[in-house]
Amino acid sequence: MPTKIEKDGVTGRETTGHEWDGLKELNTPLPKWWLWTFYASIAFAAVWMVLYPSLPFWRGTTQWIAREAIVAEVAEANARNAPMMARLRAATPAQIAADPEMRAFALAGGRVAFANNCAACHGAGGQGGSGFPALVDDDWLWGGSLAAIHQTIAHGIRNTEDEAARTSVMPRFGADGMLTNPQIGDVAEYVLSLSGRSSDPAAVERGRTIFAENCASCHGDNGRGNREFGAPSLADQVWLYGGGKADIIAMVRNPRLGVMPAWEGRLDPAVVNMLTVFVHSLGGGE
Amino acid sequence: MSSVEAPHRAKADRPAEAPASAAAQPLYAARQKVYPKRVFGKVRSVKWAVLTLCLALYYIVPWIRWDRGPGVPDQAVLVDIANARIFLFWIEIWPQEIYFLTGALILGAFGLFAVSSLFGRLWCGFTCPQTVWTDLFMFVERWIQGDRNARMKLDQGPHDTNYWVRKSLTHGVWLLIAAATGGAWVMYFVDAPTVTMQILTGHASAQVYFFVALFTGFTYLLAGWAREQVCTYMCPWPRFQAAMLDENSLVVTYRDWRGEPRGKLKAEGVGDCVDCFACVHVCPTGIDIRDGQQLECIGCGLCVDACDSVMSKLGRPKGLVAFETLKNLSASAAATAGMAPGPDRFKAGMAARQMPRFVRPRTLMYAGALTAVALVMLGAFLMRSTLNVTVLRDRAPLFVRLSDGAVRNAYTIKIVNKTRDEAPLALVLQAPEGFHMTVQDVEDDAQGRPVLHRRADGIAQYRVFVTVPHGQRIAEDTPVSFRLLDAQGRAVASQSSNFLGPKS
Repeated sequence: MPTKIEKDGVTGRETTGHEWDGLKELNTPLPKWWLWTFYASIAFAAVWMVLYPSLPFWRGTTQWIAREAIVAEVAEANARNAPMMARLRAATPAQIAADPEMRAFALAGGRVAFANNCAACHGAGGQGGSGFPALVDDDWLWGGSLAAIHQTIAHGIRNTEDEAARTSVMPRFGADGMLTNPQIGDVAEYVLSLSGRSSDPAAVERGRTIFAENCASCHGDNGRGNREFGAPSLADQVWLYGGGKADIIAMVRNPRLGVMPAWEGRLDPAVVNMLTVFVHSLGGGE
Repeated sequence: MSSVEAPHRAKADRPAEAPASAAAQPLYAARQKVYPKRVFGKVRSVKWAVLTLCLALYYIVPWIRWDRGPGVPDQAVLVDIANARIFLFWIEIWPQEIYFLTGALILGAFGLFAVSSLFGRLWCGFTCPQTVWTDLFMFVERWIQGDRNARMKLDQGPHDTNYWVRKSLTHGVWLLIAAATGGAWVMYFVDAPTVTMQILTGHASAQVYFFVALFTGFTYLLAGWAREQVCTYMCPWPRFQAAMLDENSLVVTYRDWRGEPRGKLKAEGVGDCVDCFACVHVCPTGIDIRDGQQLECIGCGLCVDACDSVMSKLGRPKGLVAFETLKNLSASAAATAGMAPGPDRFKAGMAARQMPRFVRPRTLMYAGALTAVALVMLGAFLMRSTLNVTVLRDRAPLFVRLSDGAVRNAYTIKIVNKTRDEAPLALVLQAPEGFHMTVQDVEDDAQGRPVLHRRADGIAQYRVFVTVPHGQRIAEDTPVSFRLLDAQGRAVASQSSNFLGPKS
């Protein structure tokens, strides 16, 4: 409250009567309409509080909620995309890849679906990791054609939820006593020689026989692999669990078998198609 | 009580609470309505000319057509927010070039500073939209309700039919002008003929109606009702323009050395000011210029015209109120100190004046800053490329080891085409021997170079792979460069990047 209104000696005007540590202020009246604008703002706030969710447990008379607004926006966007999604659902991945319009949509949508569903194991750019196959290279365990990729995504690998899941088992040669440790060392040396990295010709020769008897049925006579069983090529430069001798010995002794879930029931078939086209475009598609 | 005292002592010294006196001035004041009188003269003529020019520019510019080819807006000046483009005649600004807008605003600011330091508040008095539209609204008011005295009488008199007819007519015309103003504003953002038809037939979008209503409402409110209060209470410019003005700036001033002491025409020993209040009556902000420099003065100079016409009727020299520098004002005052009013004092005062110094450090600095910004802008504009290529190297993974042991890097190449030219371009990789490039989804030309298609006024995106065969020794980081060649084989755009390989 004003304490003491004085007349200022210099200007002859009155002070407001307020004083702050010795400082006084001349009274320069504010226009009345300014005050009314201020009151109007308060009234606006009051109306706003009635209309909108402004207090805990008060949803406002408009019933407007930011979350529902975003849900509505998403539904609207989905409705806008619905015709294209229907086309993507009806088409095969090969048809999508051949149609520029569908392909562009599938690449954009596939990128998002990949980030949401696949990147956790295969990496944000499909670069993979130890035990998780890279999708950007030209090496495919089960095939890199559109149809093969689609089959893998839709049904998964070695899972128990989908009957059509691709599955194969590599025997535990070491853990189950099928091969002795020296034999495993020899076969590992032979495997190294397939990619030109062996330094022990005698061991390679011993390993060649062991390989022919135990491994060639799946990995092929010259270690080129077999996509029927998801048996990787042992003659190339791409190693899922590492390509050193110790890594190879560990795999022969007690193999690790990757599992991938089936996505057919989880994702819209159109999304599976989009993912197929997207993964195929990463750089290794066949 | 002085401010250097310690706060707690100051508080302790405070006198006992005294009740506010009943006669205390209120903290809020009602507006004193201003009734500016009609005025004729040079300044008024200039103001009419500037007003006509500004309004004509504002209303006509959206209607200028500019052919840019099919499928593109043919409006010369258009801010196309939906498509993220600004069209300015032959120039097309993309969102990433919004710094041109920043540059234009900086130019405007420095221009304003320079003009203020030279000629005072020219902007406020002549070209500010608030001034222009208020002037226009006052013209309407004067036309329908009569001049100052008639308007005052109308407001004070009975609220009869005459009152209501004239008032509603005035507000009706104001609203029409305001609607035209708001309507013209949206035309800078949507195609003018189309939106005009849509508004007239009631088919325009809700946004269009909203913004037309918003700008109509505020034009009516600010030019019809708020007027000078916008300048005195709302606008920040009058407050900090004092920093632009100095004693060499031309400002509207009253030559008190000549006019004082004021008195009746026939009185003895009085100055040239006859205290007729003509300058006060014409003032659109309702102040008395004879009180000296004031924040409320917008420098429109109408009081100059008013005083000049009085002075010429009295047969006295014009320029008692004039555009004058404060330096000259004090020089004249010093030269005439102690002199008796009369022609001698006038001569002595005018003789003491000098040409205003337009070239001085302040104006030079503003001019320098203005020139520098203008040159930078011009340089940026002339070097503005209409075709860019950007190369984004994949970072996950940094490189891919292929099954045959080759190392591959992937890149996303974007061709930003700001023109309507769609001629294809050949992509060439500049890299050491052995580096091989392939582009996804494109065909090669006769020389085996990938042919990339650009999009008219858009961005085309391609995925590019560069492979180095197994066994070739490469550094961990090899610089490479991508160039786009036109049909004549000239490089039209290029961008460098890197090829990453395993640690050697």
